[in-house]
Amino acid sequence: MAEEMAAPGGRPVLEAQGIVKIFGQHRALDGVDFTAHAGEVHALLGENGAGKSTLIKILTGAYQPDEGELRLDGTPIQLRNPLHGQSFGIGTVYQEVNLLPNRSVAENLFLGRQPTRFGLVDRAGIVRRARELLARYGLDIDVRAELSEFSVAVQQIVAIARAVELSGKVLVLDEPTASLDRNEVERLFDVVRGLRADGLAIIFITHFLDQVFALADRVTILRNGTRVATQPLAALNTTDVVRMMLGKDMAFEHHPSALAGGPRGAVRVEFKGIGRKGMPPFDLAIHEGEVVGVAGLLGSGRTEVARLMFGVDAAEGGEVRVDGEAVSVRNPAQAVAAGFGFCPEDRKLDGIFGDLSVRENIIIALQAKLGWFRALNHEDQIELAGRYAEALDIRAASHDMPVKLLSGGNQQKVILARWLAIDPTFLILDEPTRGIDVGAHAEIVRTINRLREEGLALFVISSELDEVVAYSNRVVVMRDREMVAELEGDAIAPEAIVEAIAGTTREARA
Amino acid sequence: MTRPTIDLRPTTQPPYPRARPIHAFFTRPQVIALIAVLLVNWMLFPGFFTITWQDGRLFGSLIDVLNRGAPVAILAIGMTAVIATKGVDLSVGAVMAISGAVAATLVSSGVSAPVAVAAALGAGLLCGLWNGILVTVLDIQPIIATLVLMVAGRGLAQLVTEGSIVTFSDPVLVFIGTGSILGLPTPVVIALLLMIAATLAVRRTALGLLIEAVGVNRSAARFAGLSAGALLLIVYTFAGFCAAVAGLIVAGDIRGADANNAGLWLELDAILAVVIGGTSLLGGRFSIPMAVLGAIIIQAMNTGILISGFSPEFNLVVKSAVIIVILVLQSPLSARMFRGRSGGNSGKAK
Repeated sequence: MAEEMAAPGGRPVLEAQGIVKIFGQHRALDGVDFTAHAGEVHALLGENGAGKSTLIKILTGAYQPDEGELRLDGTPIQLRNPLHGQSFGIGTVYQEVNLLPNRSVAENLFLGRQPTRFGLVDRAGIVRRARELLARYGLDIDVRAELSEFSVAVQQIVAIARAVELSGKVLVLDEPTASLDRNEVERLFDVVRGLRADGLAIIFITHFLDQVFALADRVTILRNGTRVATQPLAALNTTDVVRMMLGKDMAFEHHPSALAGGPRGAVRVEFKGIGRKGMPPFDLAIHEGEVVGVAGLLGSGRTEVARLMFGVDAAEGGEVRVDGEAVSVRNPAQAVAAGFGFCPEDRKLDGIFGDLSVRENIIIALQAKLGWFRALNHEDQIELAGRYAEALDIRAASHDMPVKLLSGGNQQKVILARWLAIDPTFLILDEPTRGIDVGAHAEIVRTINRLREEGLALFVISSELDEVVAYSNRVVVMRDREMVAELEGDAIAPEAIVEAIAGTTREARA
Repeated sequence: MTRPTIDLRPTTQPPYPRARPIHAFFTRPQVIALIAVLLVNWMLFPGFFTITWQDGRLFGSLIDVLNRGAPVAILAIGMTAVIATKGVDLSVGAVMAISGAVAATLVSSGVSAPVAVAAALGAGLLCGLWNGILVTVLDIQPIIATLVLMVAGRGLAQLVTEGSIVTFSDPVLVFIGTGSILGLPTPVVIALLLMIAATLAVRRTALGLLIEAVGVNRSAARFAGLSAGALLLIVYTFAGFCAAVAGLIVAGDIRGADANNAGLWLELDAILAVVIGGTSLLGGRFSIPMAVLGAIIIQAMNTGILISGFSPEFNLVVKSAVIIVILVLQSPLSARMFRGRSGGNSGKAK
């Protein structure tokens, strides 16, 4: 491939070919190719669920591929675990520094391979060598001090130094800048550039596009477990990258004209000045029978808005009105009392009660709303679960089986059913189609449209642009924790959304 | 010509297995274990199942097992709900001592028995509330939060009794510990009533489901609009109440309050009874009657070893061996093996 030839560095160091990884029925990676060259920074991009972390875990040995092959310097290798990967020269640095915060910097650098003298740990030697090592990274610190005394940036560099010392061929940086400020990021980048000059192959994972453009030579973009592209960044602009991350292909259906500028009902819910520390206040009114779609990259503040709306994070100031009446939404229980429902992004962690039955999972929110004294009797529960399972076509052998045995799509429908059971006025869906198969995907989109027709107000967050376009009356675009654009009617088109998302990053580069 | 049978059930309603067949009860590992322990006891002591009627009450080894097992059974009732929320209450043994100390000190200073009993129960409720506040408001891990009172509680009890063993002969308190109602020992009747009341309270209201939901996934419970905090307060307070009841029984039995030894280590027996009863320490599904059954199994083993003439030192070793067997029977591994033989029908202990 021409683009492979255009790699700035030298020979391929780590190659992955046709990698397939299957979890249950879900193909997390479906035949992905990836090559890291010596002396390049190779960015790996993709939204949540695209397969980034699965690929990284396979490259570092944490997972074993179901199909496909890894080659290191042309020789096929099979990695049993990350330690094994390390011994081949593949080191990883994670967002959360996983060193020992209560030990000294020097000890952290040499942990597990302390130099010894006469069978004892050579403390003076460790300190001296640690100083020499960090000097190469431009770090002049007291290596005898505890690691936790230093900033995250310094800890990151220590972690990198350790990884490079141990491995030295391939360095995987997994969201290393997530908790760094601007100057610290620059400092880290200088270190990475130095390592690149030394001929290391560096794989860089982040969701900050401007950092990708600032540091990386090539980019590989994943989407839904497949590789969309591998290209030199010099030939790309932000819009191209966003488009590849979000859009399947840009030729898909236009915004359904039925949604364009149609008559809207009265305002159902209104948020005024809702915000909190790190999340600037926002205003938003959602009408009866309206779907407000939310587009934006990971980390743009999409989920934070949803959490504020539902009281998961209590807002500092601002007011919420439902049908014109002020309501208090300081916690989820109050949100439920106000008729709100929320299908969270992380189904397993925040959504389902794995060991409880399908029936119990469906009735739980209504039961919580009724309070513990007014118990739904068994017959009512069966009726409710049956009704909503039928309406949403939940496929389960029995409603008494634990919900954890259902597929992801059916679990998502169970959570949706849970909220429909409280007869909600306003529904928040955070990535409702993530991690579910294509068939269930289409059903969820149809359901969203049906709920809108029935007069519900919906706030739907999605990384799938075609989806957002297909059901939204209005699209709010988020960037850097703010709502930066609002598209309505005919203006709702994937291209326009991509432009709006890319906005800032492009300006920053200009 | 036979016509194909038509299933008239609506297709959208999957079959709901509701009533459990009676044999399902007897194939539960806990029930098998209890029967096995009782049979061993009978082999060691042929008179084990003999029950006689004397002076208007029942006597016999079996009654003795129930009577001696009552305090742990009562603790287990409260502990089940706590463990179902993914918590644990280590302080119940110490709370027993406090309750006994309060009751004994009050009656011996001339306060009427009903007031003393009420004060003891109130002390238990307060202790439970304290645990609940540490766990919910301060968000301290339950094992540490309740460890505080486990240690401090005995000190409190000693302060109440001023360091001595307070003895009494108040007929009401003695009746609680050693009397009988309709031929059954009072502790057994109290345990039975408490078990029935607690079971109805959690199963006739939504309390049981909400407790299980909090135990299975506290984060999801919050997102579903549950107030986990209020539930946890109720659960820990109830555990404190149960401990106070058990403390009254133990004090009444020995006609005195021993702040150092009353209820010593019984929190561990109570936890064990709950686990034997099939409630996971990871929270979720729970059964109060099965936990009571667990307490009876433990006591049956204790009694068996005593009447067999072995020295009490064997007690702990034998007990742990039996417990290992029960836990293995309940483990996912044996569930898989069992399922493999019976053809894929997963029988989930509930």
